[in-house]
Amino acid sequence: MRNWRAGLEIALLAALAAMPVIATVTAQPFWLDVATRLAILALAAAGLNIILGLGGLVSFGHAAFYAIGAYAVAIPAHHALYGGADWLASSNGLFHVALAVAAGALFALVTGALALRTKGLHFIMITLAFGQMVYFLLNALEDYGGDDGLPVDQRSELPLMSLDDPLHLFGLSFALLAVVLAFTWRLKNAPFGLALTASARNARRMRAAGLNVFTVRLAAYVLAGAITALAGALAAEHAAFVSPAMAEWTRAGELMFMVILGGAGRVLGPLTGAAAFVVLEELLSSWTVYWHLPFGLLLIAVALMQARRAA
Amino acid sequence: MDATLIASQLVNGLQLGLLLFLVAAGLTLTLGVLDYVNLAHGAFYMLGAFFSASLLELTGDWPLSVLLALPLLGLTGLITERLVARPLYGKSHLAQVLASFGLLLVIGALAMLIWGAEGRAIALPHALRGQARLFGVVLPVYRLVIIAAALAVAALLYVLLHHSRFGVRVRAAAANPRVAQALGIDTHRLHAMLFALGAMLAGLAGALIAPITEASLAMGAQVIIIAFVIIVIGGIGSLRGAFVAALLAGLIDTFGRAFLDTLLARVLPLEAAETAAPALSAMSIYILMALVLIARPRGLFPPPARGGAA
Amino acid sequence: MLRKLVAAGALLAASATATLAEEVKIGFVTTLTTPAAVIGRDMLDAAKLAVKHMGGKMAGLDVKLIVEDDGFRPDIGRQKTLKLATRDKVRFLTGYIWSHVLMASRKPALDSGAFLISANAGPAPLAGKLCHENFFSTSWQNDQVPMALGEVLNRKGIKSLYVIVPNYTAGKNIMAGVLRTFRGEVKGRDLTKWGKDAQLDFSAELAKAAASGAEALFAFYPGKAGGAFLKQFNQSGLAKKMKLFTVFTVDAISLPKFSKGGIDVRGHRSTMFWSQDLDNPVNRRFVADFRKEYGRDPSFYAAQAYDAINLIRAGVEGAKGDLTNTAAIRAAMLKADFGSVRGAFRYGRNHFPVQDFYLREVVEGQNGKWTFKVVEKIYDDHQDPYAAQCALK
Repeated sequence: MRNWRAGLEIALLAALAAMPVIATVTAQPFWLDVATRLAILALAAAGLNIILGLGGLVSFGHAAFYAIGAYAVAIPAHHALYGGADWLASSNGLFHVALAVAAGALFALVTGALALRTKGLHFIMITLAFGQMVYFLLNALEDYGGDDGLPVDQRSELPLMSLDDPLHLFGLSFALLAVVLAFTWRLKNAPFGLALTASARNARRMRAAGLNVFTVRLAAYVLAGAITALAGALAAEHAAFVSPAMAEWTRAGELMFMVILGGAGRVLGPLTGAAAFVVLEELLSSWTVYWHLPFGLLLIAVALMQARRAA
Repeated sequence: MDATLIASQLVNGLQLGLLLFLVAAGLTLTLGVLDYVNLAHGAFYMLGAFFSASLLELTGDWPLSVLLALPLLGLTGLITERLVARPLYGKSHLAQVLASFGLLLVIGALAMLIWGAEGRAIALPHALRGQARLFGVVLPVYRLVIIAAALAVAALLYVLLHHSRFGVRVRAAAANPRVAQALGIDTHRLHAMLFALGAMLAGLAGALIAPITEASLAMGAQVIIIAFVIIVIGGIGSLRGAFVAALLAGLIDTFGRAFLDTLLARVLPLEAAETAAPALSAMSIYILMALVLIARPRGLFPPPARGGAA
Repeated sequence: MLRKLVAAGALLAASATATLAEEVKIGFVTTLTTPAAVIGRDMLDAAKLAVKHMGGKMAGLDVKLIVEDDGFRPDIGRQKTLKLATRDKVRFLTGYIWSHVLMASRKPALDSGAFLISANAGPAPLAGKLCHENFFSTSWQNDQVPMALGEVLNRKGIKSLYVIVPNYTAGKNIMAGVLRTFRGEVKGRDLTKWGKDAQLDFSAELAKAAASGAEALFAFYPGKAGGAFLKQFNQSGLAKKMKLFTVFTVDAISLPKFSKGGIDVRGHRSTMFWSQDLDNPVNRRFVADFRKEYGRDPSFYAAQAYDAINLIRAGVEGAKGDLTNTAAIRAAMLKADFGSVRGAFRYGRNHFPVQDFYLREVVEGQNGKWTFKVVEKIYDDHQDPYAAQCALK
């Protein structure tokens, strides 16, 4: 079972890496677009995987980080192109990415410090509340399109590459995904990761052992927020469009679904989860407008199977 | 701001709050007693609206259509409890969230197959379409009907849970499921009945609001999150908490919509105030929840801690 | 495994070349899920009728309609647009109900070299600074319909107005449009929450409007919110105090629902560029065949979609079926002589129609069914106010 899953993960990673070749050979650049989307969603899920998978904390507001990262790209780019807010205006991709990561980390630090005072269901709900606040705040950003969202009419400038080239954008997304997955792998086996997973199993015992569980969890939450914000930045480049919908609670639910389906806490889990989600969405929605029916049934089946296995 | 405007907004807020209470009541019971996170609870709210719409087409009698919708809702509650909820009692909240989210999608898709995407408008009897004058304030009759109906149901619910055998069993099961079982209470049956009761309450709220808005596919997903917020503010498992928090939510929302833009316009330019006000009033309930959770992590009226297996 | 992959690749490549056979591929992006799906269905039905009317052919080439659902979401709409433009390699993209979906899809559509034809949304940037030589509209610019309504208010001698619209770009454009032409006093205005969890209970806003003492109320609530708004307006008893005017709220899709739901909208007036009773041969045929085919009246959304397909036909025929001849296609479309259901019109420099606008009233038809009747022409050859900002010739 375990080998089968690991094999699938490796095969997926290889297939994703080979996607530029496949897209070129088949003359179907669309596949590259799907692959880029997949890599970005996997990266976002990889962030959630740290707090949900390793830390066992169900964050139901994680889409907020995705949106924060996206707006950190879109807003400076908007000003660079159309003027205004000189202190923020920039088309420099390095600045955008730094801003996205910093904003995600800062928001995680503040909300995490508050949210981690609660546990269980209350943690789910307070993270949801913070997510909803971001959602409504973005809706109120009249200058940046409000409810309608904001097109990114000029993608960020990076040294040595052009993000307008789908191949470069895919390369960047894939490389960042690979780096983060490798980082997760190191983290999982480092003392910090062990402390985090052990806290998920039995926080009381870890506290008795002298570990500051709160600090460990907060650090993980900040890390998770920063990574998902990074994914959001890439999503803004990819879609050339940002909108408050990126922060919706249903999007947070989708990210959770990816992490769970891929196997919570598995290093390459977010990749399989995101792949399953993208394939399902593409396939089911092209078969039938009632695609929520099979999708919902599948969710129920996954949850029931999960529960049976845990029992 | 004149007194009649404030008075009519008070009634509006009260009506909204009471409807939210009907939805939140079932949710707080299933979560407090069964420890089951039911994201699909909003689907019952939607089904209540559609059931009564179809029954109205069949019978032509609106009050009858609402009454007949209730047993159908109870039945739907029983079926979903048996198929999806029961296997997940005592399991991780995460599995419950996933499964009930899936159920929400499934019921939504089925409703779209049955009733179509466009939703159903519901015609009220002529007697309920007019206005009434109350203390000098002109109010739509139907809003007063909703208030009266919801208050009556809330009172019934109180009597049921505090002055009946059913209520004693529910509270026993909530306080300590193992002891309840040892005392010979059929907890399976009790859980199913409780679940069905919650479905009927939510569905009643949906049936009551539908003549004002309409029966639509999106209603379920809209109400569920706010209902969760309400029961968390009130304290999970507490009916009294849900009642207070629901009224609070209704009043905050209505007053935010009614007066926030004028208040903000005093410090902001008109355009900015107009845009910020709806967002801020939508956000206010979440801000309240975050504040409550930070100050009182178990909500305003936490029920007594569970004994036994927690 | 590797062999299988290569075989699959070859198969895909083969199918890709096979589809290059000469046919006019039209990508149709609209909303087919969510409660807004009724609009998408109406547009799609009209597009299919248009294709049927031309015998499934344009300049001798087979027409292939490829339909995608945007799910009412700009990101999905953009993704589907990109798929149509790059995978299906369509030359024409049309549909597009929503301004935000269109704005998000604009770049991938136009970057691919395809023609982008809005069959509904008319956001201001696309009419002004972001206008494009390969973009066309068969509807209107968002400001135009409410501008006509503001003019109606002036003609009726209305002195004071209260405005309630949803809080999103189209809502604000439409409010701005009315206020651009209305010359009386604005007693108050409300923006209500919109989007997926849109506000449907307007009790607070209606109470405010009643307290404002304004003579008339202006509202814009497309889709299901429209029914809720009108019903609550009736229930509140406000009708005795103030006159109600709307745009895009009462249409052929919502009328049967109002009639069923006991919402009396007879006598309700709104402005539009088209009506099913406009008397010209193209429109008579369109309306009659639409009724025969689908058993209901077409909405203005349907009219716009029908026109979009016919605009494409004019382009393809103008290029004599040479789909690579972008300049010829564009020149032919610009003539706007394809036979529109609205009658004659011309294109402005931003490729939005310069057209007439009418005041329509809801009346009881012969069979007791409610329908629209043109009461009066409000504007002749009206152009949107953003055309001057467009840099095209």
